[in-house]
Amino acid sequence: MKKIFLSIAMATLVAACGSQEVKKDVPVTDRTAPTTQPTQPSTATTTSPATQPAITANPLVDPKNILSKRSVYFDFDSNAVKDEYRGLIQAHAKYMVDKRDSKIRVEGHCDERGSREYNLALGQRRAEAVKKVMTVLGVQDGRIETVSFGEEKPAGMGHDEAAWAQNRRGDIKYAGE
Amino acid sequence: MKRLLAAFLLAFAALAAHAQLTIDITTSGGRQIPVAILPFAGEAAQPQPVSTVVGADLARTGLFRLVNAVGVSPVPTEPSEVNFVDWQARSAEALVIGKVEPQRDGRVEVRFRLFDVQKQSQLASFSYVVAPAQLRATAHRIADVIYEALTGEKGVFSTKITYVVKRGTRYELQVADADGANAQTVLAANEPIISPAWSPEGGRIAYVSFDQKKPIVVVQNLAQGTTRVVANYWGNNSAPAWSPDGKRLAVTLTRDGISQIYVVPAEGGEPRRMTTTPAIDTEAGFSPDGKWIAFTSDRGGSPQIYRMPAGGGAAQRLTFEGTYNVRPRFSPDGKSIAFVQRESGRFRIAVLEVDTGQVTVLTDGTLDDSPSYAPNGKMILYEAQVGGRGQLAAVSSDGRVRQRLVSSAGDVRDPAWGPLPTN
Repeated sequence: MKKIFLSIAMATLVAACGSQEVKKDVPVTDRTAPTTQPTQPSTATTTSPATQPAITANPLVDPKNILSKRSVYFDFDSNAVKDEYRGLIQAHAKYMVDKRDSKIRVEGHCDERGSREYNLALGQRRAEAVKKVMTVLGVQDGRIETVSFGEEKPAGMGHDEAAWAQNRRGDIKYAGE
Repeated sequence: MKRLLAAFLLAFAALAAHAQLTIDITTSGGRQIPVAILPFAGEAAQPQPVSTVVGADLARTGLFRLVNAVGVSPVPTEPSEVNFVDWQARSAEALVIGKVEPQRDGRVEVRFRLFDVQKQSQLASFSYVVAPAQLRATAHRIADVIYEALTGEKGVFSTKITYVVKRGTRYELQVADADGANAQTVLAANEPIISPAWSPEGGRIAYVSFDQKKPIVVVQNLAQGTTRVVANYWGNNSAPAWSPDGKRLAVTLTRDGISQIYVVPAEGGEPRRMTTTPAIDTEAGFSPDGKWIAFTSDRGGSPQIYRMPAGGGAAQRLTFEGTYNVRPRFSPDGKSIAFVQRESGRFRIAVLEVDTGQVTVLTDGTLDDSPSYAPNGKMILYEAQVGGRGQLAAVSSDGRVRQRLVSSAGDVRDPAWGPLPTN
């Protein structure tokens, strides 16, 4: 049920963004990624084989490419970027350094515990932490906007640690996606 | 564009009926004033039973006990018909009688009288001529008069509340009467809506919209249905709080990096930065006299409540117990601050007495959030998560009376209590 409405929401998003046909399936792949294991997002299952050749043309959406991985997960009450995500962030920083017209938004998220507005600020701090790693690696400040959804857009819908772990995250979104 | 929005709103208003809230009250300790509210003559022929609405309003506060009027025949509707000795025997301290009379122009006249049973004297009497559709609102005004006469405090039965309903992927900002009746959807969106805040005169609501895939602050004029974006800067724009004169909004922006507090004109315009720290400063709330801004900051290592002069200046820490004290809201008299406190992994509504630093925890939920004072300061409306769903609840500011507003509408969150109506 959750997956269904997520897909619908993402389909709407895609339509609204008017993105290019190549990217048609992209956001679905991204969004459903963290539903089971926060540390090991799996993208393979939702990718339609028919569109596979088109997708592999773009490294950002090639499931075999680290650039298709977009979520950085955080510990409770923490905005420290864990070592296991440094490679992922470095890959995106390198991509942006090479592709000078690319811009991203890093979207911070929190679990549901605590006040909505303080969580919004905490999510933004997580997004800033991801951004900082990228700017140190040479991406200009103005190409990375950090925003937060606080606790408003949980990836895990439950009310336990398993769900909360999926919701303490920063997501990298390229402009136009 | 505006016209389109208005049409949209009308369509949603028609759907609002099934979203009504029902109320469940628990009280502990304290004296309740026994009051008899007799059926008003002629009210049975009207769309709203006035005396029932009045009785429900008073009972909901937990401060009154409704005295049984079974077997009273005929029911008195004029002072001369009241047998005070009988009401003393029924241990009523106050008695309300009234009548509803149709007028030639289609309107109705509602009269009521409130008596002190012991002294056998009249405490209040009013007459209103209204359209039949206004009878419920009139009942709330009568309850306000009775409440004020018997407690010395202003009644809040004629006020409005706002809150957000989440149904699947749809978010609705609703406005309802304080008793949950007449819920109207004033905004519907496919992205989250959070932090609604009433303007001091009650005509506008500021809120945070995610329609642009990021948080921005919007002010909506309720009568006209028009909206104005007041903060849409680089990064986040959130946590709107009105200045008492309705001319400015404190907001949280991240345009200079981390979340900091700024003040913007309510019509939009250049923000003025109020805090300069390397920490999160957010959740501003003005004191009723406009002199202070209370806010949440984690500059000391954990989120705590601070206040600073509304014109700018050094901040002073107000909470010291525990490691998580957030979301401050001043009481209408400015003496207390309601906030969210975390203790042992549970989030509850607490009240801080500003002068003494005394903290009292009022609720016993697990995930309580968004406290909002009634304009008379007697109740605090808040969001309680029950079974994974948000519900509205209220607690008296002394913690004795608790109400739960149960909605069939889904996930109900982020309530804000509106101001007293301006008559």
